[in-house]
Amino acid sequence: MAHGPAKGIGRWLFTTNHKDIGTMYLWFSFAMFLLGGFFAMVIRAELFQPGMQLVKPEFFNQMTTMHGLVMVFGAIMPVFVGLANWMIPMMIGAPDMALPRMNNLSFWILPFAFLMLSSTLFMDGGAPNFGWTFYAPLSTTYAPDSVNFFIFAIHIMGASSIMGSINIIATVLNLRAPGMTLMKMPMFVWTWLITAFLLIAVMPVLAGAVTMMLMDINFGTSFFNAAGGGDPVLFQHVFWFFGHPEVYIIILPAFGVISHIIPTFSRKPLFGYSSMVYATASIAFLSFIVWAHHMFLVGMPVGGQLYFMYATMLIAVPTAAKVFNWISTMFRGSLSYETPMLFAIAFVILFTIGGFTGLMLAIAPADVQYHDTYFVVAHFHYVMVAGSLFSATAAVYYWLPKWCGRMYNETMGKVQFWISFIGFNVTFFPQHFLGLAGMPRRYADYALQFSDWNMISSIGAFIYGAAQLLFLFNVVRTIRSGKPVSEPKTWEGAEGLEWTVATPAPYHTFSTAPVVK
Amino acid sequence: MSTESSYYVPEQSKLPVLAALGMGLMAYGAGSWVQGGSALVLLAGALVMVFTLYNWFSTVIHENMAGMNSAQLKRSYVWGMSWFIFSEVMFFACFFGALFYVRVLALPWLGGEGGHAGNDLLWEGFEPAWPLMTTPDMAVNGENAQFMGPEQHMSFPGWANLLGWLPLWNTIVLLSSSVTVHIAHTALKNSNRAKFNLWLGITVLLGAIFIVLQVEEYIHAYQHMGLTLESGIYGTTFFMLTGFHGAHVTMGTIMLLIMFLRGLKGHFSPDDQFGFEAASWYWHFVDVVWVGLFIFVYVLA
Repeated sequence: MAHGPAKGIGRWLFTTNHKDIGTMYLWFSFAMFLLGGFFAMVIRAELFQPGMQLVKPEFFNQMTTMHGLVMVFGAIMPVFVGLANWMIPMMIGAPDMALPRMNNLSFWILPFAFLMLSSTLFMDGGAPNFGWTFYAPLSTTYAPDSVNFFIFAIHIMGASSIMGSINIIATVLNLRAPGMTLMKMPMFVWTWLITAFLLIAVMPVLAGAVTMMLMDINFGTSFFNAAGGGDPVLFQHVFWFFGHPEVYIIILPAFGVISHIIPTFSRKPLFGYSSMVYATASIAFLSFIVWAHHMFLVGMPVGGQLYFMYATMLIAVPTAAKVFNWISTMFRGSLSYETPMLFAIAFVILFTIGGFTGLMLAIAPADVQYHDTYFVVAHFHYVMVAGSLFSATAAVYYWLPKWCGRMYNETMGKVQFWISFIGFNVTFFPQHFLGLAGMPRRYADYALQFSDWNMISSIGAFIYGAAQLLFLFNVVRTIRSGKPVSEPKTWEGAEGLEWTVATPAPYHTFSTAPVVK
Repeated sequence: MSTESSYYVPEQSKLPVLAALGMGLMAYGAGSWVQGGSALVLLAGALVMVFTLYNWFSTVIHENMAGMNSAQLKRSYVWGMSWFIFSEVMFFACFFGALFYVRVLALPWLGGEGGHAGNDLLWEGFEPAWPLMTTPDMAVNGENAQFMGPEQHMSFPGWANLLGWLPLWNTIVLLSSSVTVHIAHTALKNSNRAKFNLWLGITVLLGAIFIVLQVEEYIHAYQHMGLTLESGIYGTTFFMLTGFHGAHVTMGTIMLLIMFLRGLKGHFSPDDQFGFEAASWYWHFVDVVWVGLFIFVYVLA
């Protein structure tokens, strides 16, 4: 096994190498990011002015639905699996992932799943149009025919996630280098261990939800039909039992990445490592018992609303512990502001804003006003874009030199950061105002008083979108002709086993395990 | 936990991408089949899957017999199977959760309890009960209802009819099979291969008997009790919970049958038998699920 990669396309189709598979995950997720981004551009172009401009309302609904599905399941989840594949074995001193063939299967399911999901756009009756949360009965009684392909796409994506997570847990629990106890593991490994547990716990529940839909649509069952004694609200309970842990699945690995980048560029060890571990675990536990805060308006009993309100607010405690730890890490550190650090600092600020708006939404009586408005859209884009995606971008800049042995263009990176940062805030900050003023989400048209902020938001979205093309250009340019680097440590403040191997990382690392003191 | 000198990382393999192709074909085929298309793509995908899985498992078995698997690698397989079973637990939890939600909350609300959103006006005259024989649709529309409740249900028929109650026999069959598979396991550990083959064979037979009885129960429900997938939420939860369990019993029986055949070929040794152990864990798991089903679907009405 001490040899390099195979030649030609077979290298990628038949590989068992964690770095190859990580690379494929990263490129796949970037392709999906561009596709989902294109859908977002259609949405913002339509909303640039009031009235129907470019697309029909039915198609607008397909765009919002596909944007959400592609971004959540195609872009954000796979990008962190890609990072996990690349980095976890190198961080814990393992020769590869624990189950390398199953690892390749987990990846190759995704192109099939998303080919099928995207092809629904060209089917009779159009693509799914019921929102990424696919509430029944919109997604059952009133769904387009293509819903069946959507259901099976979700099934195989779920299988991919479950296999990927089993692999990560087996790797982390079984393949750590001698001396690397659990409480010496890098934070990224910790956050992924907990994320993998969340995934195995909730992806089967999502499979159950779409199976119930499938049966209601095609086989006459009445899970979500009150006429037969079922309840459409049952769908929401099942969906959000998956959906709430899902948002932590999306953000926890991002926390992990940030917990590496901030210490590196502060030239200080992470402040409060063990509290970070316990905070991550607490967040994961709480994520299972707060799901109905997405459903304050379905007619829950007051006792239920109160419980879900307080339980949700509790999450702010471990999350705040993390934010304070990142700030304390920077405090009196020797800071420098390379591109990954800029994204990381922006992450801390913008994610905190997203967290605070989350607290506002958690207040059940206030949510009566905010529910299903653009305030919610602004809230979750602050955590998903400025949270997860900023962190993924930071991770790519941070580890790209290690991956390919070439340095990215720092100026271009900083330019991309500032355009992204400004574009993002111009897009989403005004959406808070729109939501508070009462503009509902998922509508193709709006009342005239919302015109100004919508136009500004659309301009911001185009700016943010353009910045991602600059990112693509910078990465491709780095890989093809970036300045070669060869020191094991790209960043002087970086710590961890991944910085002890050669740069670029050899095809096989740690065939014999290092010893961790 | 510590990494030993060499962890076997397999060479390139065509199996994963073939399996992904099989799953993709099955997903696309199932999508077109449920809406009235041909089942050809679905079957083709299933064939690719069966071919791939057969070769995949053969490869793994050969690697193990060739001594390529260190104790550490074997632990990876153990972790893999454990977490796979955990994912199955969560899948069933989803359907049990739906059952509890409907029985404890949704039906009383539909009957007007708590003054929820005028449900009592929408479904006037609906009386919540479990098993639900009269659907809300029937309460309002009578004979014109789309969702007609069942004529009879499967719940506990009273002590007098106990011995003629199929679920009880199913419970006895399945619980005994958990015991027999354990006897087989112990025999294997004590190098008593004849005993291992015998008791594993009995386990497979009990699994097959369970499936036959379950099919018998379904035929009876459809033909004589008016209990179908379409008879409201009772039929829905009854068939979905017992049906997914039945599918898992079928899977488990196939696994154990393969282990039985492998045992006849002389595979497994007293200290290396994880293939069999994994199948037996799966079997105990479907057994536990059945106990939950027996209590919450059949007994507690």
